[in-house]
Amino acid sequence: MPNWYMLTLVGRDRPGIVARVTTALFEAGCNLGESSMIRLGDNFTIMMMAQSERDREALREALQPVASELGLVLHVDAVEAGRHQRPVPDVRILVHGADRAGIVARVTSLAADAGLNILDLESDVGGTDSEPIYILQIEGTAEHGQEAIEQALAPLQSEGVRVDVQSVDTLIG
Amino acid sequence: MAVLEILTYPDERLRRVSSPVERFDAALQARIDDLEATRLAGPGAVGIAAPQVGWFERVLIVDVSGRRKTSSHGRLVLVNPEITEWEGFAMGREGCLSVPDYTGNVVRAERIHVDAFDPEGNPVSFDMEGFEARAVQHELDHLDGLLFLDRLVSRRQDLFRRKVYK
Repeated sequence: MPNWYMLTLVGRDRPGIVARVTTALFEAGCNLGESSMIRLGDNFTIMMMAQSERDREALREALQPVASELGLVLHVDAVEAGRHQRPVPDVRILVHGADRAGIVARVTSLAADAGLNILDLESDVGGTDSEPIYILQIEGTAEHGQEAIEQALAPLQSEGVRVDVQSVDTLIG
Repeated sequence: MAVLEILTYPDERLRRVSSPVERFDAALQARIDDLEATRLAGPGAVGIAAPQVGWFERVLIVDVSGRRKTSSHGRLVLVNPEITEWEGFAMGREGCLSVPDYTGNVVRAERIHVDAFDPEGNPVSFDMEGFEARAVQHELDHLDGLLFLDRLVSRRQDLFRRKVYK
């Protein structure tokens, strides 16, 4: 059974990164799994699961030329596959407000204590340089129910942070 | 009643456009019974459409009455259904008996008006909203050879206004 690896590639964004990297993976005989590829600031970031017959070092050597050419930092780590075990989120939390130190730590600590397991978190800073705003979108599973998270986050409202906890109902049809 | 095999993507038959039912008879009722038995055998499905079991006529079943805090008309068997009015739009997460092990976000109309026939051939119509309206739109797509995969949207655009659903 071929091994699964977590590939991490990060570097200054430029056109063609995804095409070049995935072509190199294809030519190295890899099978791709779940991935997240997104531009953060001026950087392009790739986290991707890939399956390969090669051992870790051989896979890294196969990818290093394209990574170096594109100026990407490359990490290759062996991981458990864990496919077909995808948890389905049942809660979504939207947070926005004036940007301030510690907002993510505060929201996620309160929510974690109330049973939140984060599956996906995106954050962004918008607004102007003088008045930045912070936007946080989280999806996850609520171990103790949505109400527990709502109650835990309620104190933030009075601190001028807008928090909206929504249920995610997955329709199977 | 029999539990039928469910076609799964990428089976090309899921792309077929189904034909209107023309005869409301005992044979139709028997096929509806099999369709419902198949829905109930699946993992928590709130709806099923005939083409999912390789029956290419315009029949769907929706039942969201088992969900708390959900407005519902109970179990609906809709034959030759048509959505004649749409209002609003909302994003929600969907999965499908025909697409195992994947769920994704889809934009659907928030409120709809549906005209259809019951299994005896009597015209029926419903105003519905929310989860029930979403279920009918999901199943009706199957009758037109569409899957929720054709309508996936990114959660990333959640805060931005979308074009009107069509």
